[in-house]
Amino acid sequence: MTKTLITIDDKEVEAAEGMTVLEAAQSVGIAIPTLCHNEKLEPYGGCRICTVEAEVNGRKKLVVSCVYPVEQNLVVRTRTEKVNRVRKMILELLLSHAPDSKQLQDLAKIYGADKDRFEKEASFCIHCGLCVRYCAEVKKKNAVGFINRGAKREINFNPELAVKECWNCKECFPLCPTAALQAAYVFIEAQISSTPSFEFEKN
Amino acid sequence: MPRINSSAELEKLRESILSKIDPNKRTITLCSGTACHATGSKEVASSIEEEISKQGLSDQVDIRKTGCHGFCERGPIIVIQPEGICYLQIKPEDVPEIVSQTIKQNQILERLVYVDSVNEEKIIHETEIPFYKNQQRLLFGNNIKIDPKSIEAYLALGGYSALAKVLFQMTPEQVLEEVKKANLRGRGGGGFPAGIKWEGSRNAPDDTKYVIVNADEGDPGAYMDRSLLEGNPHSVLEGLAIGAYTIGAREGYIYVRQEYPLAVENVGLAIKQAEEYGFLGENILGSNFKFKVIVHQGAGAFVCGESTALMTALEGRAGEPRPKYIRSNIKGLWEKPTVLNNVETWANIPLIINEGADWFTQYGTETSNGTKIFSLVGKINNTGLVEVPMGMTLRDIIYKVGGGIHRGRKFKAVQTGGPSGGCLPDDLLDLQVGFDELTQAGSMMGSGGMIVMDEDTCMVDVARYFLEFLTDESCGKCVPCREGVRQMLKILTNITQGKGKDGDIELLEELGETAKEISLCALGQTAPNPFLSTLKYFKDEYEAHIKGKKCPALYCKELIAYYIDPEKCQACMACLKKCPSDAIIGGKKTIHVIDQDKCTKCNTCFDVCPPRFNAVKKISGEPVPSPIPEEERIIAKGSKEK
Repeated sequence: MTKTLITIDDKEVEAAEGMTVLEAAQSVGIAIPTLCHNEKLEPYGGCRICTVEAEVNGRKKLVVSCVYPVEQNLVVRTRTEKVNRVRKMILELLLSHAPDSKQLQDLAKIYGADKDRFEKEASFCIHCGLCVRYCAEVKKKNAVGFINRGAKREINFNPELAVKECWNCKECFPLCPTAALQAAYVFIEAQISSTPSFEFEKN
Repeated sequence: MPRINSSAELEKLRESILSKIDPNKRTITLCSGTACHATGSKEVASSIEEEISKQGLSDQVDIRKTGCHGFCERGPIIVIQPEGICYLQIKPEDVPEIVSQTIKQNQILERLVYVDSVNEEKIIHETEIPFYKNQQRLLFGNNIKIDPKSIEAYLALGGYSALAKVLFQMTPEQVLEEVKKANLRGRGGGGFPAGIKWEGSRNAPDDTKYVIVNADEGDPGAYMDRSLLEGNPHSVLEGLAIGAYTIGAREGYIYVRQEYPLAVENVGLAIKQAEEYGFLGENILGSNFKFKVIVHQGAGAFVCGESTALMTALEGRAGEPRPKYIRSNIKGLWEKPTVLNNVETWANIPLIINEGADWFTQYGTETSNGTKIFSLVGKINNTGLVEVPMGMTLRDIIYKVGGGIHRGRKFKAVQTGGPSGGCLPDDLLDLQVGFDELTQAGSMMGSGGMIVMDEDTCMVDVARYFLEFLTDESCGKCVPCREGVRQMLKILTNITQGKGKDGDIELLEELGETAKEISLCALGQTAPNPFLSTLKYFKDEYEAHIKGKKCPALYCKELIAYYIDPEKCQACMACLKKCPSDAIIGGKKTIHVIDQDKCTKCNTCFDVCPPRFNAVKKISGEPVPSPIPEEERIIAKGSKEK
């Protein structure tokens, strides 16, 4: 297999062709924070926390490492001032939704993010899409999905599918970086339990 | 209709169509696009048809229902050919007179012609009206000459000759060179050179390739793509077919909003007609080239105008941009090389092929060539669609074509580039309009929205308005756009409500920079523009709102108060009677006073106070003067000048 030589934080890294910058960094133990990333799933590029600085032919730009493919002579810097600033802002924006998320709190310590910078939001979903994508890509069930768009977007279980698929699965639960998924599930469970037509299928 | 199997057959068909057209025959041309229908052109059309037959002129007069003429401020519009007599704002009741006077007796109805707002001169001919005279209508000019439901009308104007030319006289490489030489840049917003995009797809090794028309026009108030597609669908199809031939595509899509039913209808019909003649389908014009066009109706999400979101939607999934760092001309629709260009870009192609790149580049600036259609709206006299050469100054567009600011008010800013464009102030009025010029000034070309604002517009509120639109239209996938722009909107809303605080501007700048730098797609990357550009040019307004709790344009409701000047009030009862919340105290011969606690700031009193009194004032950033004592409110007879 062709090897691609790149530099990450002054370290020379031999990456396989087709690898992403994130994979190349992980292969040599350089940590880049991620929230919406999962090896089993297609790269999503939603949370942008894995932003790094890429330099190609002398031109620097910010890219998301979970999607950006390695190329010969690429120079990557994972902790520039700009990168740190962007990550801090993303964390602060997400902490307005999920101030109690352990994963966010740990990252907030590293980047000096203030969990109270923005007013708290009602929903604690951070829209990483892990549950939605896991259910679609790995389980191929599509029992949980996104509804609405923009600021109104949220995750939602489809009751007809949830009643059939979710009871014995719940594999998406541990993926959730906040408690939003469980909350959505509890909500749908309550809804299903109070609907007699669903009771029948459940048994 | 006969299938056309060669260039020669096409020319023969054209001759036969032309031989049946009498250029001197009286023709009543009526604009019949979507905007025209809204102003009543359908009713006018029926009365023209009725009147022509009633007055026994059916054999002598043709009626041509065309697409949009552009001068929508004065629609519906009729132009009587061959003289080119233009009548504006026609109502069905005007029609009998038009037919009996103008058609039968060559008498001009002066009350229906254009009157110049400056010198009050009456202008009879369409081409002499300043709105049209100062334009360069290379693309849009044909709208008025064509019945969009008739392919023969397009053929009569030389239609499909460019397609024949590329198929029989040019190699794909030569077409590519011509488009590159013309420096045709994408009219949808990005301004990326079409030739370079095409070249990438052409050189990609895949066998299957696609071409797409982006007709997902989503900017509020913009309708140039709709008007082109409705009014001259074949020009877009011909351009698309030429593009397909050049890159080696055999299938093309027209992604058009479902909200554009007339465009869908006209382009669908156009495809059918073109297939019957053999300009689309198998063995086009008898050559080996085959090309099929499919119309796809979008569900109306603004973000689907973004190229990768559009392709995702076309594939049948939720319209969200792709995170990939690979251009869609290499891997686009179904991972195949795909050239996506906007309606207007495609419509330019037949012109470039017929007239040549050198002809095309005579229009414009060094880096932006040809013309651009703008949707000129807002506080301007001549609202409508205008096509001007690139490089025309904003001043000429606004004053020469647009006829200046509505009601003689003062110009304040022009917003270009759609919701994520920017606002430019009066000291940039001499800026030449071009892709790079606008971007350097902090705005953008976008798809050609141009909203003119006068002194009564609050620039902070403008930024708030556009961010509200973008927050609604964000797909919600990436954090800097979904969360960051939402926070920006919250802060801006607070500022317009007098809740702004120190540090807000800096926080907005930081959020704006984040969204600009790392958002997934162009929607998020450009979403901060309305804020950044208004901050750049109107920072004093932000500071007035935050520090002085004052809206200098007297627009933001929470920051203004209404007050009746007791010196000027004539106790005429006009405002008192109209106030919907009974907030005005007073009576006959008793000076009126506004109860500030009850006032909902609906502006009614301000609107109804007779201009000769001019007693109702809007104030901001200062306390409302205390009302005069009740005993002093009585107006004694003759104590006040009337």
